[in-house]
Amino acid sequence: MPSSERLDHAALGARLDAIFSFDVSSGRNYDELIEPLQGAERATQDFALHWATVAARTHLEIAYLVVLLAPQALCRLSSRQAEAWVVAALDGFDRIGLRAAVMALRDIEGFARGVSPAAVGLDAITPRLQRFLQGLSGRGLRVEADSAPWTDTETVYLPPRIELSSHEASAERYLALVALLWAQGRWGTYALDIDAALADFDRPDYALGWLALLEARRLGTRLSQELPGLRSELALLLEVLPPELDAAREALVAPGSDIADSIAWLRDNALLAVSPAPTFEHLPVLRPAVARQVRAARIREQSQVLRLSIAELLESMRQAQDAAPPELDVDADPERLELEVKIDGASVTLPPEGLAAAQSLLQDMGEIAPELLVPAGPAEWKGDGKAGGGKPGTLETHADALFDEWDYRRRAYRRQWCHVYLHEVGGGDAAYVPAVRARHAPLIRQLRRRFEAMRGEDRVLRRQADGPEVDMDALVAAIADRRGGAEPSPRLFCRRQRDERSLAAVFLVDMSGSTQGWVNDAEREALVLLCEALEMLDDRYAIWGFSGWTRTRSDLYRIKDFDEAYGAEVQARIAAIQPRDYTRMGPPIRFVTERLLAEPARHRLLVTISDGRPDDFGDDYRSDYGIEDTRQALLEARRAGVRPFCITIDRAGADYLKHMYGPAAFAVLDEVRKLPLKVAEIYRRLTI
Amino acid sequence: MNRPHLHALATELESFAAEPYYQPVGRELELFQAAAGKKLPVLLKGPTGCGKTRFVEYMAWKLGRPLVTVACHDDLTSADLVGRYLLAGEETVWLDGPLTAAVRAGAICYLDEVVEARKDTTVVIHPLTDTRRVLPVEKRGELVRAPDNFMLVVSYNPGYQSVLKELKQSTRQRFVALDFDYPPAELEAAIVARETGIAADTAAQLVKLGGLTRNLKGQGLDEGASTRLLVHAGHLIASGVAPRDACAAAVGRALSDDADSVAAVDDLIRAVF
Repeated sequence: MPSSERLDHAALGARLDAIFSFDVSSGRNYDELIEPLQGAERATQDFALHWATVAARTHLEIAYLVVLLAPQALCRLSSRQAEAWVVAALDGFDRIGLRAAVMALRDIEGFARGVSPAAVGLDAITPRLQRFLQGLSGRGLRVEADSAPWTDTETVYLPPRIELSSHEASAERYLALVALLWAQGRWGTYALDIDAALADFDRPDYALGWLALLEARRLGTRLSQELPGLRSELALLLEVLPPELDAAREALVAPGSDIADSIAWLRDNALLAVSPAPTFEHLPVLRPAVARQVRAARIREQSQVLRLSIAELLESMRQAQDAAPPELDVDADPERLELEVKIDGASVTLPPEGLAAAQSLLQDMGEIAPELLVPAGPAEWKGDGKAGGGKPGTLETHADALFDEWDYRRRAYRRQWCHVYLHEVGGGDAAYVPAVRARHAPLIRQLRRRFEAMRGEDRVLRRQADGPEVDMDALVAAIADRRGGAEPSPRLFCRRQRDERSLAAVFLVDMSGSTQGWVNDAEREALVLLCEALEMLDDRYAIWGFSGWTRTRSDLYRIKDFDEAYGAEVQARIAAIQPRDYTRMGPPIRFVTERLLAEPARHRLLVTISDGRPDDFGDDYRSDYGIEDTRQALLEARRAGVRPFCITIDRAGADYLKHMYGPAAFAVLDEVRKLPLKVAEIYRRLTI
Repeated sequence: MNRPHLHALATELESFAAEPYYQPVGRELELFQAAAGKKLPVLLKGPTGCGKTRFVEYMAWKLGRPLVTVACHDDLTSADLVGRYLLAGEETVWLDGPLTAAVRAGAICYLDEVVEARKDTTVVIHPLTDTRRVLPVEKRGELVRAPDNFMLVVSYNPGYQSVLKELKQSTRQRFVALDFDYPPAELEAAIVARETGIAADTAAQLVKLGGLTRNLKGQGLDEGASTRLLVHAGHLIASGVAPRDACAAAVGRALSDDADSVAAVDDLIRAVF
């Protein structure tokens, strides 16, 4: 029970020592912290110490700032809001890093304004905007904060906070802005070189400002036709446009009008561009130089993807070596982003990544140029990076296992390339699992009930009201009853209940350094809930953690093997899961696949719980190389009869997961805190 | 149970007097007809609500054969398909199941979502799908030979996430497989307009919404809005419900229970209507 007496200098010093004990070397001066806290209310002191303890698990610098700023924060914010203030900073750390967390903490005033009921912060609405963007375009766009709204056609930059008359109005302003920026990419604002087109104006910079407004007018009109529901929000957003532009409306609303029409109109009204264009907080600006680079890089990349998938397609059609080269042709409809590829006149289906690339190109260029339909040669290497690591075979190791790795540029395996070491995690806190169990007791009860309903059984159910066979015993009894004048039972059938599940599952848990903080907490809690629920079933399951540092050291941590019971030892290992190094995903997947195949089950399931894309130190595993190797490892697993599934909290995950796992084999959670609730539920859904 | 009541339990053979509305998308008519002519079983693959069932009804009408549709569920056993003994007074009476009835009548038997059924049903399906074309009715010691007109059609949704609901190779390799997907936008709009009687531009907006929700698949939604859901929304609009409300009820809430996903669909609805 917290007392109401204030903590004095010594008591505060002792508590802070406990929080920062392993950071004494930093030479921080606790007096700076104790001074303001000493004079504060006990509630403030408790708040500061509690949240510093929480934050210290993520980063000591954040904890330090929490203590330092808590008295100020609590003057300005309610305790509820102050909690949100710390949580927002921790979120910032998880997503971006320390700098974001520090900035968030220092900006108490900004946070206080953000919590005004009519304001909407970009952080809070980002998941909603991202889903909206995902709905609008097949192409996933990222959302980032910037002072003025603009887009480089891959990332949408938006103001960090919008405050209009009401919360809903502010949120709708964000939606309208996002749509307007999406439209820049969709309807070709950057389809021509704007800088070159404006070069002959006296003041190209003024012209660019006016062009941005004209584009807002053009795209606003276009959007209102395509998405009529946004009409009123767009009208509200665009009503600030200066009256000089009213005359442009006619010229720009014609169907099929594009950036060239905007520029032509500007040229006809060149007088406008002798003065700077007015700027508006919520109207998009243009950054042609950045967008041009991003667009060019994307076109390069997608062209290559398209050419590779055409090559793949031709290969799969097994064209005879000496046959005439196939004639490729494409019918494209840039309006609908639909296209049909024909090989020698017969229409074919591109692989999904090729189709996505083609649609992306169609969107960027308005057509698929014939040179893009030339298949890439098998020797052609994609990208400009180096190979996936140092030289093979020069290491003297005694790895527990060696695995091949797929090099997509060579279209071949690097033999015995990755060294896998097995470890046992130890030294976990024995009290951890009971604490989680206590905290989530109602949820665990609920999960257990649900899982119990899935339990497999194999028995004959007698005296059923309905069933495939007549229950002779029941029938004889019923006839006897009726002859004897009693009411005969209507339950005269029997049925066989045959529900054997025969399922083995491995959970592969990301223990890379990026899981530091909340992700790690959430992973551990998720495992506890999962194990508690799985104990209701006879499914055989194992849990492995993975981390790694280059190809020479893939570490696998045994948390629970198939034959181990979920007892004190396993529980301590769950508690001891902690972030380590990098995420080289191929070797762990290949390792647990082997383990799964050794299990005598009919169905085999491999669930990966991760926070991001494959990544490793030094070499280019974080690029396409890692994604392609992981994809190959998963393909191997699938061919061997293992069903892979991925649960991730990487919001950008859908981009590469579809490629790696296939469209129906992953789930993206948009919040870390949902992980513990979702993992068990997803497992249930996967195996009903 | 009295004998007359047993008739109520007998399988109903559906015959289509009027042409069911079906809008062909690719070459499915031609392929199905060819398969029917060669007595080959057919597997229809595709997401839920894209017109598989309607297609089978249409083909039954076109080929002039009766149709027996069985919606498979996870309690469906082979006895449910083949038949069983029932009690009438102190006697047992045999009652053909839908599959047996279809075989005897030379009908098309359509097993909808066949992976939902229990594994033991494959035992009775397999001998019907190869050159034997027979149905063993074990309990009666009878082997029912399928007449030329009998045809087995099964459907399957490959989007399922459950490991236990994959179609086994030994089963799937017996069928001629036809791929179904949501029709191209213009065609889908025509279908929605024709089914519901709403104006063409409203139908086009509904189809646009459908396309946007399909982009969200895997991002909180297990499936995007099917043509069937769009038709439902169209019916609501036709009966005077405001489009946003109609879509919220027939599309948003129908697709998901997850508050965030429903909100995402609501945003898209608001953008389109």
